[in-house]
Formats: sequence, structure tokens, C-alpha cells
Amino acid sequence: MKAPPFAYARPKSLAEAFDLLHSHGDDARVLAGGQSLLAALNMRLSAPRLLVDITRIPGLSGIQRAGNKITIGALTTHAEIERSPVIARAAPLLAQAAPHIAHAAIRNSGTIGGSIALADPAAEWPACCVALDATFVLAGKKGRRRVRAREFFHDLYATALKSAEVLTAVEIPVPQAGSRSVFLELTRRRGDYAMAGVAAVAKAARGALSDVRLAYLGVGRTPLLARKAMAAIEGKPLSAAAIKSAQDALAGDLDPDGDVYSAPATKLHYARVLTRRALEALNG
Amino acid sequence: MAKRKPARLEQTVEIALTVNGIKVTRRIDARQHLIDFLREELGLTGSHVGCEHGVCGACTLRVDGKIVRGCLTLAAQADGRSVETIEGLSDAGTIAALQEAFHKRNALQCGYCTPGMLIAAHDLVTRHPRATRDEIREHLSGNYCRCTGYHAIVDAIESVLKAKSSNPV
Repeated sequence: MKAPPFAYARPKSLAEAFDLLHSHGDDARVLAGGQSLLAALNMRLSAPRLLVDITRIPGLSGIQRAGNKITIGALTTHAEIERSPVIARAAPLLAQAAPHIAHAAIRNSGTIGGSIALADPAAEWPACCVALDATFVLAGKKGRRRVRAREFFHDLYATALKSAEVLTAVEIPVPQAGSRSVFLELTRRRGDYAMAGVAAVAKAARGALSDVRLAYLGVGRTPLLARKAMAAIEGKPLSAAAIKSAQDALAGDLDPDGDVYSAPATKLHYARVLTRRALEALNG
Repeated sequence: MAKRKPARLEQTVEIALTVNGIKVTRRIDARQHLIDFLREELGLTGSHVGCEHGVCGACTLRVDGKIVRGCLTLAAQADGRSVETIEGLSDAGTIAALQEAFHKRNALQCGYCTPGMLIAAHDLVTRHPRATRDEIREHLSGNYCRCTGYHAIVDAIESVLKAKSSNPV
């Protein structure tokens, strides 16, 4: 279908964007890459009166490393992250996850800020940000504030972003030396929404994993850190029994809803399978 | 939010862009997609409209040299950009080798997906000249074909990659 009618504004500065968002309230939606928003409008799932296109506001794009912090501008596209040498070296989890996001043509337009602000439960970046303990920079008329990824996602498509606030950057602490990462997801076809996925980070030494972080997507209303599974495997030699104890602990971390493809128990099964694969990959 | 402007919002927007090397200026509906703008305003009907929600790839175009979905891009977002369609790429000879290979290998039947398929394939051939068959399939995963079963399309693209690597221009 075609999108319903709306007006379009293209502010040249954040201040101008905040003014528009303030005056139009819930009638306005922020447009970044548009790869989810325009699809939703075409399907008439949403009917804003005004789209505020923030893509020409300078300073919201690009990847920079300063010391132990990587800053990714909100308008940086999935494709730019996929090809960034800085990301490949300092935050390889993101480079591993990027090719799973939809398809090449969509990765050229879609942005990391848009994905995080939308908070689709099957999206890749939110889970990666939780696994890497990222922080989001949220800007509004009254200034900037920082919210940690693990506190940002409140519910299905609901986040800590307040009305008339814009997510401007993602800050990622560079993982310590010896840290490894793996990103896995299950889809019916390449590029489809994930039925389940995991973003995993750990240090591997002498057959054991430490500082393990397992963040899941597609198995809850938000990305979920599986603290019980993480504790079950932390510091232990990676035996079949240790993997099983982490898998069993997952039932205490995840309580997935079913969807049209998979029952809740099936979703949990996917998560168990992904957990074993991820732990073996981290150790291998 | 409390403060709302009662003023009627302007639902049209003026855009100026380059399409296949030609400057174009129009006043359009803000909600108009780039693909509909090209087809309906400019008569460039080579790019097709399929699913209209970013899944099928029939509307694949190039904007500033990058492939995008014409149905997930507003014409307003293309203001100031350079857009290339299948017409431009075909007339310039840019995709001649791929067109020839698709023809030779029967890599199309009804032709609906072919313009998008060729533009996506051209993107791969330029950026990953050593792509394997798996990588070809991965790159085309966002372009649906309901006729060929894909095998002939992968064959055609592979043959172009091989010809290029054995005879670099």
C-alpha cells in the first residue's frame, strides 16, 4: 500500500528538530533511515501528521574511537558499521552482527540510532549494545543525558526515550584484551526477522570462559541479559555438563511469548541451541 | 504533549535531484515514495513496485552510488541526491555484461524482478569481484524471483565475475 498523507520537515540542527518535536508532540515522528518506519507507514500501521527527517543534521554520523571508548553517531548506517575497520578491530561483535540485518540495500539506508530507538525485540543492535554494556546519548531541549543499554529497553517498542528526545549517539566501551565475541541468530530465510538470536562476549583462557555476557534477541519483549545462564558458566571449564547447566539456567532468565512460527517452548529451545553454539564458539 | 500548533501542515514538498544524470525539479506529495516518483512523475517504469514494504527488492535503485529500496525511500529524502535507475544504467552500458549473461543463461522469465536483480548484482560485481556462489546468494537474498529458482541467476552473475577476473579491464 501507499503511506497515508503526512507533512515533512527537514531540520538543519538539533535545536530545530527539538522545536518541531515539541510543537507537534505525538503527531510527529522522527525519520532517520526509514527502513522500519516507512514500511510501517506503507502498511498503515501508523499515521503521524509530520515526519521530522533528521538525516541532514550535521554531526550525527560516523564512528570514532577515543581511548577505550567507541562513539557511533546515531545516523551511522548498518553498512558503514559492517565495513568499518575501527569496529572490526575494537568491537567485532558489531561487525559479526551487521550482515544479519535485513539485506544489502536496507543496510545502506537503515541506521543504528533508528534501530535502537525503535526497539524491535528481534533487532540485532539492541542485543549487541546490551552485551557490550553500551551507553546511549539522548538529547532534548534541556540538554543531554546518558542511559545504559541495559536500562534503556523498557518493553515492546518502549524505551527510556522521552517525547521530543532524540538518540544522538551510541557509546561502546572497547572490550578488554583477550575478549572474544560471537553473534548468532536463527532465521527461516537469510535476512528475515530473527526467530531467536544471541550476542555473546567472554574471555577465554585455559578451557574456561570468564566475564561472560549473553544477550538474547527475539525471545522476549526486549533484549535480555541472561544473568542466571551467565553465572552458571562463569569461570567453569567448558564441559558438556557446564554447557547444560547454562542451558538449564536459561529457563529462569527467559520467558518467551510464542509467535506465529514458534511456541514459547520452541523459542526457549532455540535459545538453548544458540547458547551451546555460542559458548563453544567463544571457547574454540 | 500539551503545545500543539493548530496550523495546517504543508503536505507537499519541493525537491531537486539528478536522475540518470539529468536535473529534475518537482513539487510532490511528501508521502510519495521515490519509486512512485520515478514511475509516475518521470515515466521511468523500468523499476518495479512489488511488495511496498522492503521485502521483495523489485524496486532496487541506486542513490549516490548505493543500492536502496525505492519503496522505503521518500522522494523527499532524495532531494539533492543523484539517483540512477535501470534505464540509466542500461543506456550507459554499465550493466551490459550482466544483461548479456542473464540473457544467455535464461536468468529471467517474466522479468518483473530483473531490473532490481541486475542493479543488486551490479553492486556485488563492483564491490566484491571475488564473491563465491554463497556470497552471490547472500547478496541477492533481498531480491525475490518467483520464476527461475535463482540457480540461473547465480550462474549468470558467477560467469560475469569469472570473466572479469580472468580479463580485468
